[in-house]
Amino acid sequence: MAMDLLNTILQGVLLGGLYALYAAGLSLIFGVMRLINLAHGDFIVLSAFVLLAMATGFGLSLPFALLIALPFVFAFGWGLQRILLNRTLGDDILLPLLVTFGLSIIIQNGLLLGFSADSRKLALGPIEAASVSLGDFTLGLIPLITFISAVLLIGGLSVLFYGTRLGRTLRATSDSAEIVQIVGVNPRHVFAVAMGLSFVVLTIAAFFMGVRSNFDPSLGPARLLYAFEAVVIGGLGSLWGTLAGGIVLGVAQAVGGRINPEWQILAGHLVFLAVILIRPRGLFPKQ
Amino acid sequence: MTVAIETRALDVFYGDFQAVYGINFHIEHGETIAIIGANGAGKSSFLKALSGMVAAKPEQIILDGQGVGGRPAYDMVKLGVALVPEGRRLFPSLTVEENLLMGARGRTVDRGWTLETVCELFPILKERRHQIAPTLSGGQQQMVAIGRALMSNPSVLLCDEVSLGLSPAAVKSVYLAIDEIKKRGTTIVLVEQDLNTALSAADRVYCFMEGRVSLEGRPSELSKTDIHKAYFGT
Repeated sequence: MAMDLLNTILQGVLLGGLYALYAAGLSLIFGVMRLINLAHGDFIVLSAFVLLAMATGFGLSLPFALLIALPFVFAFGWGLQRILLNRTLGDDILLPLLVTFGLSIIIQNGLLLGFSADSRKLALGPIEAASVSLGDFTLGLIPLITFISAVLLIGGLSVLFYGTRLGRTLRATSDSAEIVQIVGVNPRHVFAVAMGLSFVVLTIAAFFMGVRSNFDPSLGPARLLYAFEAVVIGGLGSLWGTLAGGIVLGVAQAVGGRINPEWQILAGHLVFLAVILIRPRGLFPKQ
Repeated sequence: MTVAIETRALDVFYGDFQAVYGINFHIEHGETIAIIGANGAGKSSFLKALSGMVAAKPEQIILDGQGVGGRPAYDMVKLGVALVPEGRRLFPSLTVEENLLMGARGRTVDRGWTLETVCELFPILKERRHQIAPTLSGGQQQMVAIGRALMSNPSVLLCDEVSLGLSPAAVKSVYLAIDEIKKRGTTIVLVEQDLNTALSAADRVYCFMEGRVSLEGRPSELSKTDIHKAYFGT
């Protein structure tokens, strides 16, 4: 019984890695420019379809397609921010919400037109069924790789933020987009770089989402919700908090699902509400 | 001496509200000018226009003979005009050293200001370099703000109310540093409410009243009555 529960928690932790990947890109742009990208989940789904198209259209292996896609999605995110989203930033917080909500609708309908409502999957072959034994526990290889990728990615972002000149500029811009200008930094350029990074992260998330489960054009808003919940549970703008938030959400869903399969999603939302009530600034709020 | 920066009939607007009316101003290379005036006289708005923080027309601000009005602040600092903003405005999540290094982002020429020389000017900052900015005293924060501006190696340093909210001892050490910066040939514009501090630091003084220049001259040539009248309008 206890082992069963421990096994469930372990599976939940691994699922949390995927949620942390969903959330990291959202957290990054909120941290740097206080922009809430309501199309974040839809961009994840869009990226999964792009990877699918690259794999089926050009016959590329999926990991290779992902590697090729990353510089392009960085450029796409950069351009989206420079051309569209920078124009929405200002005193009115409603404008970026409306514009990204509009993007969300455009992407969902565009995907329906292009790929139909059919459920798809990114197929990696036999590795999908592979597992590793850890004492009494058996862990799926793909969930394990997803979790390790989430830890490495968030570790990498931490190094970028706290150990490089670009990271210093991102943090300074987060502190004050007005004052960075007097030290020679154009905040609009910094915002675009942050959005490019966010797109790199969300495309990696898309890869693991598509490999782990089926996806269709309507899935974006639910991914956004999980990302949101992970960010808020972890504490707004805190990268490691985002990983913790993802894990809390994953464990809550796994435990809830074990008690009653219908409770899986509900349990995650209830834990989210509990955190909001008890620690409204999240588990690891940014100082 | 040649003119470093000049304004010609400079107006500053915030939306429909006009804060500065047709100001003609000039400062020569190596000169220190104090801008004095009551609250709301337009001093800070004038400095913001010089630094590119608020809009102006190109021909209204001339830097080394070129019209630069309306250039954004991130360009102005690269052209050699650095601002020490009112209220210090450090990056609160960054350490002292990181705040200073951010200042170096606007650097395009070398006038001898590096992390080392800034820490020689303000030795306390070397000890505090790994602390985050808000944990410093007001005076020390002001030193970081001045140091951050110096890190861009400016030819013109704009200082907005650097003595505001500081203890007399802190004001004294900040102004000793400004003297030292001046000795190294930097052109300095001080906006200052503290009349005595301003008059003793400056080569020339402009007094602003209601967005206009009400008096201009060398401190030694101005009588207390003139200044009082230009300052308060009575």
